[in-house]
Amino acid sequence: MSSYENTPPHDTEDGATRRDFLYLTAGGFAAIGAASFAWPFIDSMNPAADTLAMSTTEADLSKIEEGSAITVIWQGKPVFIRHRTADEIKAATDVDVSTLRDPETDGKRAQKPQWLVMIGICTHLGCIPLGQKKTEPKGEFGGWFCPCHGSEYDSAGRIRKGPAPKNLVVPKYTFLTDTTIRIG
Amino acid sequence: MSAGPREPFENPVIEWFDSRLPIFTMMQKEYGVFPTPKNFNYFWSFGGIAMTMLILMIVTGIFLAMNYTPQENMAFDSVEHIMRDVNYGWMLRYLHMNGASFFFIAVYTHIFRGMYYGSYKKPRELLWILGVIIFLLMMATAFMGYTLPWSQMGGWAATVITNLFSAIPFVGDSIVTLLLGGFAVGNPTLNRFFALHYLLPFVIVGIVFVHVWALHVTGSNNPLGIDVKGPQDTLAFSPYYTAKDMFGLAVFMLAYIAVTFFAPNMLAHPDHYIQYNALQTPAHIVPEWYFLPFYAMLRGITFGFNLYILAGIGIIGAALWPVYTKGKALKDPLLGMTIIPAVTDFGQYSKKFFTMLAIAGVVFMLGYFSQTMGLPLPFSKWVLLDSKLGGVIAMFGSIAILFVMPWLDSHPVRSARFRPQFKVAVLAMTASVAILGYIGAQTADAMLFGVIQWVYIGQILTGYYFAFFVIILPWLSVTEKASPMPNSINEAVLQENARKAGAR
Amino acid sequence: MVRHPLSLTAMAVVLLAMPVVSHAAAGKQTPNAPGEETAVAADAASGTSPATSEAADADTPAAETAQGSTEHAEAAHGEYEMDHLNWSFNGIFGAYDRASLQRGFQIYKEVCSACHSMTRLSYRNLSALGYNDGEVKAIAASVTVSDGPNDEGEMFDRPGRPSDHFKSPFPNVQAAKAGNGGAYPPDLSLIAKARHGGADYIHAILTGYSEPPAGKELMSGQYWNRAMHGNIIAMPPPLTDGRVAYSDNSPQTLEQYSRDVSQFLTWAAEPHMEERKRIGIKAFLFMLVLTGVLFGVKKKIWADQH
Repeated sequence: MSSYENTPPHDTEDGATRRDFLYLTAGGFAAIGAASFAWPFIDSMNPAADTLAMSTTEADLSKIEEGSAITVIWQGKPVFIRHRTADEIKAATDVDVSTLRDPETDGKRAQKPQWLVMIGICTHLGCIPLGQKKTEPKGEFGGWFCPCHGSEYDSAGRIRKGPAPKNLVVPKYTFLTDTTIRIG
Repeated sequence: MSAGPREPFENPVIEWFDSRLPIFTMMQKEYGVFPTPKNFNYFWSFGGIAMTMLILMIVTGIFLAMNYTPQENMAFDSVEHIMRDVNYGWMLRYLHMNGASFFFIAVYTHIFRGMYYGSYKKPRELLWILGVIIFLLMMATAFMGYTLPWSQMGGWAATVITNLFSAIPFVGDSIVTLLLGGFAVGNPTLNRFFALHYLLPFVIVGIVFVHVWALHVTGSNNPLGIDVKGPQDTLAFSPYYTAKDMFGLAVFMLAYIAVTFFAPNMLAHPDHYIQYNALQTPAHIVPEWYFLPFYAMLRGITFGFNLYILAGIGIIGAALWPVYTKGKALKDPLLGMTIIPAVTDFGQYSKKFFTMLAIAGVVFMLGYFSQTMGLPLPFSKWVLLDSKLGGVIAMFGSIAILFVMPWLDSHPVRSARFRPQFKVAVLAMTASVAILGYIGAQTADAMLFGVIQWVYIGQILTGYYFAFFVIILPWLSVTEKASPMPNSINEAVLQENARKAGAR
Repeated sequence: MVRHPLSLTAMAVVLLAMPVVSHAAAGKQTPNAPGEETAVAADAASGTSPATSEAADADTPAAETAQGSTEHAEAAHGEYEMDHLNWSFNGIFGAYDRASLQRGFQIYKEVCSACHSMTRLSYRNLSALGYNDGEVKAIAASVTVSDGPNDEGEMFDRPGRPSDHFKSPFPNVQAAKAGNGGAYPPDLSLIAKARHGGADYIHAILTGYSEPPAGKELMSGQYWNRAMHGNIIAMPPPLTDGRVAYSDNSPQTLEQYSRDVSQFLTWAAEPHMEERKRIGIKAFLFMLVLTGVLFGVKKKIWADQH
């Protein structure tokens, strides 16, 4: 009932405390509200339920001849499945692991030595390496060669040369029978 | 906008920024200390509420578009994919769907406030016109969004609305084909509607910016409609109105949350959940509720405009000539003959005015009955404007007329508080629109109390709607005596506070 | 501040109430559904079906109820007024009844799915009915789905997986029509939202069969149903007492079957309803408190102006 001037309210000591408390409460609430409101929007960009439901893929290995490979799609990504020859297995196991950039034994990478299962994405910047078809370049280590920046992988999919930092990733997979696997 | 003289900020980061781009100075000027009339009621919160809804619609829309597919065989499925599989997709969709309704509630309230308190009057005509443009763009955007789920309702709404343009003589059918990108609603229609539905909201944002700019040039109107005379009449926008608007917004959001989460389909219709079928129209198609008043006007014109009806309109025009020209005579420039004499005293003219209106009414009704009930009158079959085109003109005209409202109402007093006759007329107009909305939702042959078809009530209300703008506003501009007004906003506020204190 | 007059408040109420009122009016006046279930085929090529004139003739006398016990009021247009049941999912705290959902799914699987597809649902969605992963996998695996083409370019059959959509009884709409005397059995994924009345309507249709009243002749392939718009339906009565054997103690009656399948179809149309209400209550309460705080802030700031 007092001031009609064009200024913000002035308060007594007591009033100021109460006012500050109210401002803080309101501001805090608004911040919490904004954050919880933002989450559904952000989460909507994550994979949808139907995408997540496609998280496993089964593959039939019986038709892959020794020395050849197939590519199956798992979660939208290529998975290389190679039926390795005895030579290739030998080449992979003979390497001195300590000399590797990303040291891993062949036994750790293949559940059964003749079957090598890997995600076919170069660990450098996501290109798909060549080497699946017989006609494609395999690089000097007899595995895969990435055409983008020249990374070369050996017959166990381990990085041997070029810019990629890591070996090709081995996904989680289980043998359902001797000739079928489930990836994921 | 302009830099102008700038007060430095204490915070060095803000100061660094502001001295290079004075955005903080601008915010401070336009939303901080901006002098705002101290007597706003909560109707003045609806502009900010509408802006919040616009932003909310754009944000939810962008995230929906990330999961939507504008293709005729996939659109409906992609919406269901959003509703079922996308994380919180159902929430985004329901927020967007009901957000449209709440956006319109806010904007209709905002428009009503502008009318009731005379915010369209000088010097805010351009501000008002920009608002009408926003309203039109909103309607276009909402209509196209209605089509996107590719449901029975949406697809057929697209058919009906685009067919409105077929009423245009000679080129109508070509225009419809152009709009649809085919000979019927199909994939090209859906694609362009999606493109435009995504674009137009940003155009709206641009015009809202100009709308607010214009507002900050003229300053806000207020419930008394009288001009701000000095600093004693105003308060700083912040914190006073930021606090008040935040509270108003919060209350509005409560209603929005309640509908979205507890009755999300209250304003929808079962036909939204059936995929579009080009070979079967649903039994009863209706537009969204916010279009219903205009839809009722479209359906209300069931008669062609023959010579009698046009003559009636002509007589009304003649009666209104002195009103529009503030009393000037109409002379034939060739013969020098006076067709309509000059008027100096509108009190005296009123008798003549109402007699002419009565005659016009009789002539109009004769034409109307000859069209609708077959009253045998000579030449009554000569229709210059058929009912289809008439309905389309009525529908678009009902919005177009808002553009000229600042000139139809030239009464010097703004607020309906001091204009008792205008107050009744404008409230009756608002009620008419509400009832027209009810009528728009009825089937074409629905009856009131089993006695009279709603369509006839709709015709009367449509007539009143146009009479309000074309006849009543200009007539009241020259005749209505305003009731006594306070000298200043501050004085009125002081009196009101004293009255409240006394009541306590 | 200056109080605005009462009339203004009233106008504000009108503006805010307009959408609700006009919509309520629309709902009241609208026929139950575009006649998908009637023998009128949607495609123009099928020509005029004998049901067309019958279906349009809504002005029929009151039909006997299936139980013959309750009199049901008929509106001016001969529209049947369906019962409004007290569903567990009604109200803002309402939730689905998991046991009823499972029974409803059983009815869909054993009866409805012979003709009606539900393509928007996947077997994985059934976990929401209270089935565990193993049960969902078993349900999915009990169906043979066609997949492919394989490396030889051939389609092949395999057992269903949880990520598969519900298998449709017919390969396409035309086959569905051909197999059902020209009437397309609508997909049921969204049926509860695609019909006025939702669960109440489905329940009313399923319990609404009877002999036609005297003087009404039915063509072959037509059935009398008091809840159907126009009273003529192409779907034979799907459920009768005892038709489906429940594994719990629920009564094996038409009434119970109808309630269970209506509950199931409501869930199918709005699977996120419970989550929606849960979040809605939280959001509303949060907003209520925030509104209170903002009111306090507003009062405090305006204190020197009053």
